[in-house]
Amino acid sequence: MRRTRQPSTAAAAALVLLSAVFVLAPAPALAKTEIHFWHAMTGVLGERVNEIASKFNATQNDYEVKAIYKGDYTTTLNAAVAAYRAKQPPHVVQVFEVGTQTMLSSGAVYPVYQLVKDNGVSIDWNDLIGPVKSYYSTAGNLSSMAFNSSTPILYYNKDLVKKAGLPDKPPATWAEVESTAKKIVGAGAKCGFSTAWPSWVLMENMHGWHDQPFADKSNGFDGLAMTLKINGPFGVKMMELLARGSKEGWYTYNGRGPKGEANMGAGECGIFISSSAYIAGLTRASEGKFTWATGSLPHMEGFPQGNSIIGGATLWVMKGAKPEEYKGVAQFFKYLASTENQAWWAGVTGYLPISTAAVKALEASGHFQKNPNQLTAIKQMNSGKTTPSSQGIRLGNFVSIRDAIEEQMENIFSGKKTPKQGLDDAVAKSNDILKDFAALYK
Amino acid sequence: MKQAVFRNRWLPYGLVAPQVAITLVFFFWPAVDCLRLSLYRSSPFGDRLIFVGLDNFQKLFTDPAYLRSAITTFVFSFLVTVVGMGLALLLAALANAKIRGLAVYRTLLLWPYGIAPAVAGIIWLFIFHPSYGILPYLLSFVTAYQFNWFLKGWVAMVLITAAAIWKQFGYNLAFYLAGLQGIPGSVLEAASVDGAGPIRRFFSMSFPLLSPVTFFLFTLNMTFAFFETFGLVHSVTQGGPGDATSIMVYKAWKDGFEGLQLGLSAAQSVVLMVVVILLTAFQFRYAEKKVVY
Repeated sequence: MRRTRQPSTAAAAALVLLSAVFVLAPAPALAKTEIHFWHAMTGVLGERVNEIASKFNATQNDYEVKAIYKGDYTTTLNAAVAAYRAKQPPHVVQVFEVGTQTMLSSGAVYPVYQLVKDNGVSIDWNDLIGPVKSYYSTAGNLSSMAFNSSTPILYYNKDLVKKAGLPDKPPATWAEVESTAKKIVGAGAKCGFSTAWPSWVLMENMHGWHDQPFADKSNGFDGLAMTLKINGPFGVKMMELLARGSKEGWYTYNGRGPKGEANMGAGECGIFISSSAYIAGLTRASEGKFTWATGSLPHMEGFPQGNSIIGGATLWVMKGAKPEEYKGVAQFFKYLASTENQAWWAGVTGYLPISTAAVKALEASGHFQKNPNQLTAIKQMNSGKTTPSSQGIRLGNFVSIRDAIEEQMENIFSGKKTPKQGLDDAVAKSNDILKDFAALYK
Repeated sequence: MKQAVFRNRWLPYGLVAPQVAITLVFFFWPAVDCLRLSLYRSSPFGDRLIFVGLDNFQKLFTDPAYLRSAITTFVFSFLVTVVGMGLALLLAALANAKIRGLAVYRTLLLWPYGIAPAVAGIIWLFIFHPSYGILPYLLSFVTAYQFNWFLKGWVAMVLITAAAIWKQFGYNLAFYLAGLQGIPGSVLEAASVDGAGPIRRFFSMSFPLLSPVTFFLFTLNMTFAFFETFGLVHSVTQGGPGDATSIMVYKAWKDGFEGLQLGLSAAQSVVLMVVVILLTAFQFRYAEKKVVY
């Protein structure tokens, strides 16, 4: 009968135990004040996060930041939830952008602007680049510490484009994406066009990029959103194009999350859209195999220009710690926000430099001459117009909504549902999720 | 049955106490908590807990996605159990024959059981992945048909069913093999003398004599397919494409741990608990009567 225990309860117990182990670790006598920083960065990115922590620890003697990897974004958020419920939260937790509304509504966080002010630290928030500031601010005040931000950009495989006899430049419109991808497939490539993060790239960002609303209440920035708007003419047109592409063979759906990156990295795809933070990964994967370049997101004729939306994560400060610990967190954030750290972080990861000063520092050091692809995302965001529809998307339980959308995208691309039907179903399911979320906080 | 005699009347209680404690802490406590939570709508961080009565259950049973998930689960479990056991029995009968290199075959057949479901999933992923899998690559020389289970629901379903059967295969085989070896040779010999061929001998003698094993394996395979295939689904299809492979246990995890709708997830866990209690009760009540020990 033990078998009837659900993984949920078992996992919850394990999470609580695990979090307790970390938090209850005995502090050495006369020790520095420990700051626990839970994050979700693996591989090279994880090493960089550890580097930040040790560099900060070396700058002073009062605090010690312990960077602890907790699993992917979802797992990290769950670990924080379990720890908070067990009254042993970490001081700082990295939460991805889709968790923003969940965190804002949680009542479990200490807003960053307040923390910084309460501890007499000054950070120039006005220097933050527009999209980052707008996404994570409430009434002009930053709720969480901007950390790793990226935005989708277009990548193309130069070798495949050349083989198809096409000029070496990124397609600027969706019509060009289609014609280029067709020729690339015609020249024998396995995949003409594909993306990673299907909902983030093709629905969320395409709506922002064309200044189309994604949800009501200015995408949830003017109060809890209750209705998704993705089944309008733009969303349907976008899905019709891709459903046709899937049927005709010039668009390949390669799964949810970052899965599609495996195909691009293997040199199979001609055109590809993913996060700007994929630059580092693609550089490594393509080394000695093929050449590539980047460009702005393609435009759909007949729709206005908006801006692309950022993804990535920010650092949230949890309630329930001691004042001297918060003092340390404020110092740590001051270090994070320094131009020197920002420029270094962006340079080694491919994430966006999130302050104007960091962009200037990178320009001055000649970084972009050596890494022109890292400039693509910055140029793209500067060329766009930030409007209520392109400042970001803030939805309750966005994780489940993204899931509901991707489920229907799969049904649309496989021809199981028409674009309109699929999007209508995604909207109905999402509205239900939003209603449930709103019911919690009325 | 002979009754054991303990001098100290507290000793027996002391001896069972650890097991009772473990059961209470790791089974009854979470189960009761789960029952309680299923009646609430809970905010992710637990600061809001709103009593909603049976709303979560009503929501589940009126949600077409949940009903689809239930159907998927039953189809999946039925296939895994019946096909898996059938194949295991067939191969056990063959492996029971006196052939050269028998030990090698037996070992090879038992191997997959030693692999964790998630690891089995990864192995299958490497074989069948539409872009880096070896099989689709080889198939592309033979047919232009795209077995892309990122989009084709039935391919995904066949894939996880096959993987689950393969994973559980060694276990089923071990029990059938042991069962077959427990059948006295004299019984089968007598049947031969009476003129029964190998097939007749199998269906009239061996199969009925194996019924306790079959009964045991059936219960076990059903529970395996219901619950322990979680790791497999999680590593291979994540419930997709669409919701084609979203079995109930996966959906309960996803709604609870990705969607952070803990009340709804708890309700799904309760439903699963009830299903398994019913299934087991039914099996012991009816199926066991047909079993010859």
